[in-house]
Amino acid sequence: MRKIGADIFVDALVKEGVEYIFGIPGAVIIPLFDKLLDSPVKLVLTRHEQGAGHAADGYARASGKVGVCIATSGPGATNLVTAIATANFDSVPIVAITGQVRTPLIGNDAFQEADMTGITRTITKHNFLVKDVCDLPRVLKEAFHIARTGRPGPVLVDLPMDVSLGQCDLDYPDTVNLPGYKPNYKGNDRQIKLAAEAINASKRPVLYVGGGVIISESAPEVFELATKASIPVTTTLLGLGAFPETHPLALKMLGMHGTAYANYAVTESDLVIAVGARFDDRVTGRLDAFAPEAKVIHIDIDPTSISKNIRVDIPVVGDAKGSLQALLPLVRQATHPEWLEKIDNWKKQHPLVYKPCGLKPQYVVEQIYEATKGEAVITTEVGQNQMWAAQWFKYSRPRQFISSGGLGTMGFGLPAAIGAQFARPDAVVFDIAGDGSIQMNIQELATAVKYKLPVNIAILNNGFLGMVRQWQELFYRKRYSGTILGDANPDFVKVAEAYGADGIRVTTRDEVRPAIERAIASPRPVILDFAVESEENVFPMVPAGEAINKMMGGMA
Amino acid sequence: MKHVISVTVENKPGVLAHISSLFAARGYGIDSLAVGETEDPATSRMTIVTHGDDQIIEQITKQLRKLISTLKVQDLGETEYIERDLVLVKVNVASGKRGEILEIAQIFRGNIVDVGLKDLVVELSGHESKILAFIELLKPYGIKELVRTGSIAMARGAK
Repeated sequence: MRKIGADIFVDALVKEGVEYIFGIPGAVIIPLFDKLLDSPVKLVLTRHEQGAGHAADGYARASGKVGVCIATSGPGATNLVTAIATANFDSVPIVAITGQVRTPLIGNDAFQEADMTGITRTITKHNFLVKDVCDLPRVLKEAFHIARTGRPGPVLVDLPMDVSLGQCDLDYPDTVNLPGYKPNYKGNDRQIKLAAEAINASKRPVLYVGGGVIISESAPEVFELATKASIPVTTTLLGLGAFPETHPLALKMLGMHGTAYANYAVTESDLVIAVGARFDDRVTGRLDAFAPEAKVIHIDIDPTSISKNIRVDIPVVGDAKGSLQALLPLVRQATHPEWLEKIDNWKKQHPLVYKPCGLKPQYVVEQIYEATKGEAVITTEVGQNQMWAAQWFKYSRPRQFISSGGLGTMGFGLPAAIGAQFARPDAVVFDIAGDGSIQMNIQELATAVKYKLPVNIAILNNGFLGMVRQWQELFYRKRYSGTILGDANPDFVKVAEAYGADGIRVTTRDEVRPAIERAIASPRPVILDFAVESEENVFPMVPAGEAINKMMGGMA
Repeated sequence: MKHVISVTVENKPGVLAHISSLFAARGYGIDSLAVGETEDPATSRMTIVTHGDDQIIEQITKQLRKLISTLKVQDLGETEYIERDLVLVKVNVASGKRGEILEIAQIFRGNIVDVGLKDLVVELSGHESKILAFIELLKPYGIKELVRTGSIAMARGAK
C-alpha cells in the first residue's frame, strides 16, 4: 500500500511516542484527522484552537514531553498564534501542525489562507512549510528534534492539503542532519573552574534559579549545590518548584512581586549564581541597581541569554544539569553563618503578610496548599491570581507550577490545567484563576467535561481586571479605566452547571476549606467561585523600573 | 560602529526571511545586505552591514547563530577583510562635459557600460569609501539614477 502524507504524519506521531494531540479540524486538515481516527494517538478535541495550543503546552510542562497541537488553515492556524508565542517565551517544546491551502493556491488569497510561516517566524524556534510530500518524514523528524533539544521551543509545520494527500514511500528517518543546529550541552571546563573558584571565595552567595533548571531536570543538582555550600536559593516564577520552598535555604520568588528577603539577599549578595534564568526585567528591576556588589555567574544553554541584560562575569554556556554536575565536585563545603543569619533576620522582619479579615485571595491559595498537602499541580491565569498563586503556595517539586511567565497570557490556566491533567491523570490539578482571565478561554470547560477531567478551577473573583486595577490605584489615582468586570460577570456557578461541571460559590472564610475539599473529592471538573475582597493588592511590589530592594506595601 | 557580518546559510526558501525578520523583530538596523550562492550550491552567503555597540553586535551574532538555518556567522571586524560594493550610475552628459566624466571614470577605474546621447552609465566596484567619493564627484553633472549592490566581503588569507 502506498503511503500518503497523512499516513506519514500519523506514523511520525507514533514513532515520537505522542500520546495525545490537541486540536480542532477544518477543511484542509481533514486527511490528517481521518488517519488519526485509526491510530493509537488520542485526539483531544478542544473548543478553540488557542485552548488546543495551551493544552499541548500544559501537557509538555507537566510531563517534560513534547506537546502536539493541530489546527486547520487560516483562522484555525492564527488562533494558535498566542499559544505558540506563549510556549516560545517560556521554552516549552511543542509541535504545532497547521493545515494549509493546496500548494498551487498558496499566495492567491485562497479561502482560509494565512501565511503561517511568515506570521510565526519570530515566535517559533523554527518553522517549516512543506511543499513536497517526500520532505515530510524528514521535516517532522527535525521538528520534534528541534522542539525538544537545546533550549526547547515551539516548532510549526505548515502542511498544504495536497501534501497531506500526496504519495511517498519514504520511511520515517532515525536520525536528523541539521548542520546549522548544534546546541552546546557541555559547559566549558575552564569557565566551570572559574565559577567554582568564585563560589568558594564568596561570603554572600545567592542562587538565582529559573525555568531552565526544571526543563533540564537539574533540581537535584541545585539542591546539592545549595546544601553543600550553604547557598540560599531564590527562584523565578518559572523556577518555582526547582528548590523546595519548605527548606530553610529557600528565599521563594524574587523580583517585582518577590519576597522582601529574596530581593534584599540579591541586592546585598557578593555572588549571584544564575542557573537557567534570563534576567527578565520583572526580576531585575532597575538594571544598574541589581546586585550592585555581586559577581555574576550565568549558566545557560542559550548563549543569547548571556550578557543580554546584565553583564556576566563568568558565563557558562551549557546544559544546567551537566554544568552543575561538573561544578559540584569543585565546590567546597561552606556554612556562611553570618550571611544566613542576616537572611533569617530579613525573613523574620519581612515575611509575606496579609490582613486576615474577610475572604482574602491569599487565604484561598493557602487553603489549597493545606488541603492538597502541597501536592497539587497548580496552573494559573495571569495577573493578581498568578502572583498570589506564586506567593502563597509552597512549591517543592519541579513541574508542579505551570504558568505563562514571559508572555503573560491570560486564558492560559484552564487549557493548561487540561493538558496537565492528561499528563498526570492521578494528580490533583488546580487552575488558580481570576474572573477576567477565566473568561478568556472558559469554553474549554466543555473539553474538561467531555474527557471527564477532574480539574478544579479556583476563581479569585474580585470583579476587576485586578492587576491593572492595582496599578491604576497606585499610579493613576484610582481612575479605573476599563478594569471593572463585576457589573457584568456571569454567574460562574451556573456557567459550570450549564457545561455539566460542578459549581460552588464561596462567600465567607469559613466556607473556603470545605468547598476545596468537596472540589477535590468530585470526579467532575469544578468551578469554585470565591467572592474575594475586591480591592486587595499584591504586595510587596517593586514599581516598574525601580530597584528591587525598593518595595512598597506588604511589609510587616 | 559599523560592522560587517558574513553569514553562511543553507540555500533554502525562507532563510532570508528568517534573517531579516530577526533584525526587524529585535530592532537591529541593516545598512546593507547582499546574498548569493557560494562555491557549494547548497549554501548561500550573506554579507550584512550593520551597526551598534559591542553588546549589540555580540547579540546580533549570537542571535544569527541561533537560527537553525545558519551554518556559520563571522564578524569580519575581528579579522582583516576585503570589502567590495558595486554601483551603477546613470549620469547626465551636458554638451562638452563628456570628456570630464570619462576622465573621472577612468581615474576611479570605472567602466562605461551604456552610452546615450544625453547620458551614460558607469559601473564601479570598490570599497564603500571609494564608491561614495565617486558619487560625490558625479553629483555636479546630475545623477539620473543610481543603484548599489551593498557590500560583499571576505576575510583575507586561508579559509
